[in-house]
Amino acid sequence: MQQWFVDFAERIDDGDPTYLACEECGQAALPPRTVCPECSSRTLEERSLSETATVTASTKIFSSIPEYADETPYIVVIATFDEGVRLTGQLRGAEGIEPGETVTVGVEEREDGWLVTFSPTD
Amino acid sequence: MTVQIAGVASTPYGEHPDSSTRELFTDAGLEALDDAGLEVGDVEELYAGNFIGDQTDDQAHVGAMLADYLGARQAASMRTESACASASSAARSGAQTIAAGDADVALVGGVEMMSTGGLAAVTDALANAADNEYENEAGLTFPGIYALMAQAYMDEFDAGPGDLAAVAVKNYENGASNPLSQRQEETDVESVLDSPPVATPLHLQDCCPISDGASAAVLVSESYADEHGLETTVSWAGSGQASDSLALQDRPDLARTRAAERAAEDAYDRAEISPEDVDVVELHDCFTIAEILAIESLGFFERGEGARGAVDGETAADGRIPVNTSGGLLAKGHPVGATGVGQLVEITKQLEGRHPNQVDDATIGLTHTVGGSGASCVVNVLRAGGA
Repeated sequence: MQQWFVDFAERIDDGDPTYLACEECGQAALPPRTVCPECSSRTLEERSLSETATVTASTKIFSSIPEYADETPYIVVIATFDEGVRLTGQLRGAEGIEPGETVTVGVEEREDGWLVTFSPTD
Repeated sequence: MTVQIAGVASTPYGEHPDSSTRELFTDAGLEALDDAGLEVGDVEELYAGNFIGDQTDDQAHVGAMLADYLGARQAASMRTESACASASSAARSGAQTIAAGDADVALVGGVEMMSTGGLAAVTDALANAADNEYENEAGLTFPGIYALMAQAYMDEFDAGPGDLAAVAVKNYENGASNPLSQRQEETDVESVLDSPPVATPLHLQDCCPISDGASAAVLVSESYADEHGLETTVSWAGSGQASDSLALQDRPDLARTRAAERAAEDAYDRAEISPEDVDVVELHDCFTIAEILAIESLGFFERGEGARGAVDGETAADGRIPVNTSGGLLAKGHPVGATGVGQLVEITKQLEGRHPNQVDDATIGLTHTVGGSGASCVVNVLRAGGA
């Protein structure tokens, strides 16, 4: 696992997640970018990211890659933060989730790295 | 310099447990050269797509290996890799080289051996086309990524699992009459929806199979065809290629493939055509939702209307815009590194009037190949009429 992702996950684990904001056009992005994917400026600034997000789409996976083959079925969610970035993670604490529902981001440490998770927000 | 298609060939797609990457490619390459009336010694440039040979065969340096075993050691050789669009990139590179006047004969193609390493190994290797940190580490699979795109599409537009299934029904029917197709049986909507779930809302019959196979095409300059008396009947009309975010999560609209839109616009400009001019299409239906997104990105349907294509028969072989008359990736199969040139083989046969599911009066054909979930896309356009 790449060090930049370990750093990103550990900030979530510490309760202080961050993202990158373009000072030129306002585009929100995730690390480890140097160049804004929208306007190509090199003025990305690290800012604090909310800990809650809104579900955009989800899928229940029945057949998986070897690392997760013994854990099926499980649900993967793409959720959108108010700041504009989206993140992919596994659902925790619920049997299913619908678009528009609010979730809280978290991480779990695994044998070989970090897994992003989302749980329904109380 | 106009580029001509002198010869094409595909091995049957399916399981070839007694063959290998180098043997399959040699089979397709020699057949394409025979089709062109040329010899291996005539090949100046060799570009071949191969995606997961590093993992499945423990073998890199694939371009040189393929040139060696084809008997074309004189050729400049290179493997191209752009995930599932690897062979389309190979073909585009070959056409560009000839168009630039740097060579007269290019053999372009691709090959993949996927069935011999076991399902877990191939699933793991295929996942390398996704964003490792942001997608694979979250347990997201390729069917899972397309399932998220399907969920987003159905959430935004009036479409359901039955509309996805209609794509499989059409393409299985086409594949059943194509002797090169891996799947030779038809299906129906109920069978698709009853097949095991892979990643909701996608079922097993919404997904392309695991395939071994190779495809090749011989591209020549118009002057070379004239000088050597080659009776070519299909020309390279234009090509476009573009990129998008590697991870699905970084796209503003999950149900829209921007790389395909960009590549199509570029290809239409270079071929000096519009979507209405296209008579027959081979496109990247790795999953049923992918065909729906593709026919929208290519400009054949408005956004949100692509789900009607198969349901209303508009994309059938006798419809307004025939799509995947070969059976597509869903039925014909998807040996990843070969697929883009396999599509060109099928379109060439259509434009030559010798396809098993022949479209009447086909004069302009298009291929669309997507890398990963849409981070890369190649659109190639062919036109009937040769040297």
